[in-house]
Amino acid sequence: MKHLTAVLLAAVVALATLNARAQLVIEITQGMDNPTAIAVVPFAWQGTGAQPEDAALVIEADLARSGQFEPVNRGDMLARPTTQQEIFYRDWRAINSEYVLIGRVSVSNQVQMRIEYELFDVNREARVLHGYEEGHVNEVRMLSHRVADEVYETLTGIPGAFATRLLYVSATRNPGGKDYYRLTLADSDGARPIVLLESREPIMAPTWSPDGKHIAYVSFETSRPAIYRQELASGAREQLTNFRGLNGAPAWSPDGNSMAMVLSKDGNPDIYIMDLRSKQLTQITRHYAIDTEPTWMPDGRSLLFTSDRGGRPQIYRYDLRTGATDRVTFEGSYNARARMAQDGRNMVMVHQSGGRFHIALHDMVTNRLQVLTSTELDESPSIAPNGSMVLYGTKSGDRGILAAVSVDGGVKFRLPAREGDVREPAWSPYLSR
Amino acid sequence: MKQLTVAGKALTLLFVAAFLVACSSKDTKDDDAAAAAAAEAAARSAAERAAAAEANAAAGSQQRLQDAVAAVGNVFYFDYDSSNLKPQAQAALDAHIALLRTNERSVRLEGHTDERGTREYNMALGERRANTVRDYMVVNGIPSYRIETVSYGEEQPIAYGSGEANWSQNRRVELK
Repeated sequence: MKHLTAVLLAAVVALATLNARAQLVIEITQGMDNPTAIAVVPFAWQGTGAQPEDAALVIEADLARSGQFEPVNRGDMLARPTTQQEIFYRDWRAINSEYVLIGRVSVSNQVQMRIEYELFDVNREARVLHGYEEGHVNEVRMLSHRVADEVYETLTGIPGAFATRLLYVSATRNPGGKDYYRLTLADSDGARPIVLLESREPIMAPTWSPDGKHIAYVSFETSRPAIYRQELASGAREQLTNFRGLNGAPAWSPDGNSMAMVLSKDGNPDIYIMDLRSKQLTQITRHYAIDTEPTWMPDGRSLLFTSDRGGRPQIYRYDLRTGATDRVTFEGSYNARARMAQDGRNMVMVHQSGGRFHIALHDMVTNRLQVLTSTELDESPSIAPNGSMVLYGTKSGDRGILAAVSVDGGVKFRLPAREGDVREPAWSPYLSR
Repeated sequence: MKQLTVAGKALTLLFVAAFLVACSSKDTKDDDAAAAAAAEAAARSAAERAAAAEANAAAGSQQRLQDAVAAVGNVFYFDYDSSNLKPQAQAALDAHIALLRTNERSVRLEGHTDERGTREYNMALGERRANTVRDYMVVNGIPSYRIETVSYGEEQPIAYGSGEANWSQNRRVELK
């Protein structure tokens, strides 16, 4: 019963009581040298009453955060067209805007929202994209993110990842006592945070199922670590492990049927795979060293993991068909917690150099290593489903914050919380509508 | 050894009393009865004194063990990225072991690390530290079924800041 009092399952409660203090505020610290200028004109509001949320503002912030776009100030716009007939290209050429996005927002049956949008290329004087997004009026921000995804893909050739979500862990300090830990779900821009779990005992290692419908995490609520799986829609959760010793680092297989994890039930941390239907365990590594932080290659045929079997932590790969283990990283004395991009080529990890911990990109084809961050104590990298950005945990002053960097290192932004320590971001996969 | 000495003295007293009784029994019957009663009383009070002395001694000894444990505290510190027991930690643990050998209490060893390195790797390192302490206790006579180990990795720091002054406080095993 102890754990019931220690833990408040807040999935339902928190939907109503939004915790503004945990909200992340985005500060762009570094953008591209020549970002594309785009004017996101305020959308026409065709509903009754006040517009629930400024959709154009959400889209504009998404594009700015990518670092690849520089939105035009609303105050600099010479006109505010909302239909194609109202577009005069000279107005936009005059302020050096390369693209113009306009839109109209309407609501039917009180709750059904529709956002129509049109994108124009000023140089070519042509409409290059048009479409609409529909959904519940409460989902106006998510509908806006989807518009931003379409615009981003049209202009960069890469699918957008704005209509995705984040999981992260935060801790509120309680000197001399136990900290408060929270597991939070938020939009990819940090907005609309929902506390999924609150506890006086640590919460760790949040991760997504490949379909984005379930999450898994480690909670110490029973005074020992255990892995839990939780369905987001219902809040229903299930304790998957309760072994002596470590129960950590859950990682869903790409097909969603099994989960890699770390257990030390036999005396030493090793990698195991659990079949999620039968709950049967298969031991993958069998070594007296520390084996931890498993992650799957996108094809599901092999696992990457961290091991100090060579004396210092390095990344290794285990081939699930042959059972062979190969060392992947050789540069530097500390490489750990790998995460793969969906392309199967870009791997991000924690890399130590000069006593500092940075996020580095390792190319699986050329074996080249590129350090992406200049902050220190960087950890827990999580890569966007489109492979463009890496979210990670770092320290600012003596507080834990989230930060992001593009995979080419060119774009950086921070997501500090107003209070508490924030860490272990987990970027969702693409979410089905 | 102290307890045995006190108990030994009490036993000697008991024998002396019994000898006196035996000697006095050669006198008159009345005297015999009185002497027997006196001897019985003397023997009884000697035994009571002995038992009390033994209890006092045990309590005193227990108190000393508890004082020793209180003096060393219940936190044992480690070097960076190391799970080796330092001499100071070993001496502190010896005090705990001495006390634990006199009772049947179960203990929980909680392993912690500083913030450097990844969280999951630190979970494993915290477990290594707790296991090192456990193994030392087992070798010194505390059965393993009385010891539970849990790692918290870097999740529960004592000192929140960065730098060695904070980090050194966080690399620890707590005995609870």
